[in-house]
Amino acid sequence: MIFSLSDKAASKIVELSRARPETTEKTGLRVGIRGGGCSGLAYVFEFCDEPRETDKTFELQGARVYIDPKSLVFLQGTRLDYVETLMARGFKLENPQVKQSCGCGTSFTV
Amino acid sequence: MTSLASGLLQIADPKAGKGRPVGIDLGTTNSLVAAVIDGRPRCLPADEGGSPLLPSVVQYREEAIRVGRRARESAAERPHDTLASVKRFMGKSADDAETKRLSTYRWAAGDGRVVRFLAGGRAVTPVEVSAEILRALKRAAEGALSQRVEKAVVTVPAYFDDAQRQATKDAGRLAGLEVLRLLNEPTAAALAYGLDKGSQGTFAVYDLGGGTFDVSILALEGGLFQVRATGGDSALGGDDFDRAIALAFLRELGAPDPAPPALVHASLVEARRAKEALTEAAEVEVRIGGFAKRLGRAELDRIIGPIVERTGVPCRRALADAGLDASSLDGVILVGGSTRVPAVRRYVRELFGREPLGDIDPDQVVALGAAVQADLLAGAGPRDDVLLLDVLPLSLGLETMGGVVEKIIPRNSTIPTSATQLFTTFADGQTGMDVHVVQGERELVSDCRSLAKFRLSGIPPLPAGLARVAVAFQVDADGLLEVTAREQSTGIEQSVAVKPSHGLSDEEVERMLLDSLDHADEDVRRRLLAEAKVEAERVAFAARGALRDDADLLEPSERGRIEGALEALAVALRGDDEGPLQLAVAALDASTQGLAQRRMDRAIQRALAGHRVEEFEGGKA
Repeated sequence: MIFSLSDKAASKIVELSRARPETTEKTGLRVGIRGGGCSGLAYVFEFCDEPRETDKTFELQGARVYIDPKSLVFLQGTRLDYVETLMARGFKLENPQVKQSCGCGTSFTV
Repeated sequence: MTSLASGLLQIADPKAGKGRPVGIDLGTTNSLVAAVIDGRPRCLPADEGGSPLLPSVVQYREEAIRVGRRARESAAERPHDTLASVKRFMGKSADDAETKRLSTYRWAAGDGRVVRFLAGGRAVTPVEVSAEILRALKRAAEGALSQRVEKAVVTVPAYFDDAQRQATKDAGRLAGLEVLRLLNEPTAAALAYGLDKGSQGTFAVYDLGGGTFDVSILALEGGLFQVRATGGDSALGGDDFDRAIALAFLRELGAPDPAPPALVHASLVEARRAKEALTEAAEVEVRIGGFAKRLGRAELDRIIGPIVERTGVPCRRALADAGLDASSLDGVILVGGSTRVPAVRRYVRELFGREPLGDIDPDQVVALGAAVQADLLAGAGPRDDVLLLDVLPLSLGLETMGGVVEKIIPRNSTIPTSATQLFTTFADGQTGMDVHVVQGERELVSDCRSLAKFRLSGIPPLPAGLARVAVAFQVDADGLLEVTAREQSTGIEQSVAVKPSHGLSDEEVERMLLDSLDHADEDVRRRLLAEAKVEAERVAFAARGALRDDADLLEPSERGRIEGALEALAVALRGDDEGPLQLAVAALDASTQGLAQRRMDRAIQRALAGHRVEEFEGGKA
């Protein structure tokens, strides 16, 4: 398993991308890794209307996730979920490679 | 990216808040919105039927608010709920003499400071009415551009005072627009003609609209326009032409005085049509009921001539105020639909002694100039005078233990930029540190480009990990990199300057980038291995030190176990596999646990020896 997403995450991505005017047929969610954050690496988590040629695409129920090859190395085995609790709602990346994550939830070390 | 403390992620939208900046001409009679598309400013369809002109008329109905042509057309049915020309009330107080003179509307009882109209069963301010017009323009632009519109440059007459300007800004905010700047209408017209490209000059802007006349004298100095003088007549415009022509028709057809309203209306409509037709044609057929006549340009000029000439006085006064005469001007610009009338053009030519600039649609020229300015302010324009920021083509970093690259400044950072990172010593008593500056995206130094190497010496001998060396990377606007390493306790420092992009062609940069993608998998594995080796060596080093220094603490079987684990680790270190290495480190760690505990106890006892307990309790030690 390289990268997967839950049904809930997929429908939420579709819902959110429909709500924005720039959305096209190619629009998807870019998930990636970049340096920074308080614990080494940070996630990139944003809409992407123009995927790059080298991106890997993951699709489920009309939702697309784009990951560049370099980030994919760090995201191997990761599952994207959408959670709703009493306190908060949002997307959650369950990355088995993460050894230590920081308080803000956006950065981690592998 | 936004995040919640819960560690849940929200999708960020890189396009959010950007949208396309537009230029808006918020006029007394009509309003327009324009945007720069493919490098050229264009007015966008703003009203039903695709017209770029949105009549500045707002009608408050119980069920909805109507803006534009539909509001104007149904004004007769609902005269009190339909508000037009509210621009005249912007920023004015209800006590203002001019407000009272202009108003045909019903007033809401208030504190007398803010004008409030009673329309559609509510009290609305001129700012709120203007906001409805801006909202309609914003919506129309979003529809035409298929893009969010959140930022705008809005034009105001040059003579608007602070209160009137503030009111215009408030209207923008109320409509959900960030007003990037308020731009003087004459300046906008000059921008549309690209007059800002010259180095200097003085220009007159002759703006004859439906109901107002404005003249401004602009001076361009060092790329900036300054309004030198303004003048005008707030009750003079194309509508006066229509009334004069209609009056001439009524006289000719022998209508009683006062004429019946229906006849007045019919002749006004016909007057307007005739006036517009005569811009192109030399003669036009006029029909009002049973009355018919042919109207020629010469006769039209005779009718409206006296009104056109009324614009001369404010023009001459503005020139005098600016200390100029007509011959010293570098250009005259025509603004406003009424300047299409040939008689007006001819008069302007005579007045200023030169052919005026009029080839841009005079209704649109202000909005087009505002769009040019909005585009510039939003930084999207391809113009030379926009500061273009350079970016670093490749990441800059440092070599750390094990030949691994630590990126200090990531690629695509805009320059100038700087970043500092703290490093420490790897071995006990280490007094020097090699600083190796590299460029590239790969994880290992051997795959990146070496830019510079220098040695920081004179670090005070301390146990491993205690010395602090700050390495600062600084890239200036010309792309020159300066790297400085500074030991924190002594302040000794060493630096080097390099030009990172020197000698690298675009193809090489491209290749380095692609390499990093192609080798991503392998690179990460190698990086993890290199890091594991460094960690293994550190653990082995510490274990050997413990065996040497604290041999007396060892239990009989312990030395053999630790030495066995060290041996296994040495074997794993020679291999190229991260897995066995981590297992060997874990085994060594387990074998030294007992020893480590006893070493810790001894260290504490030594530290406490010779001190009284109270010293620690008092927190003074």
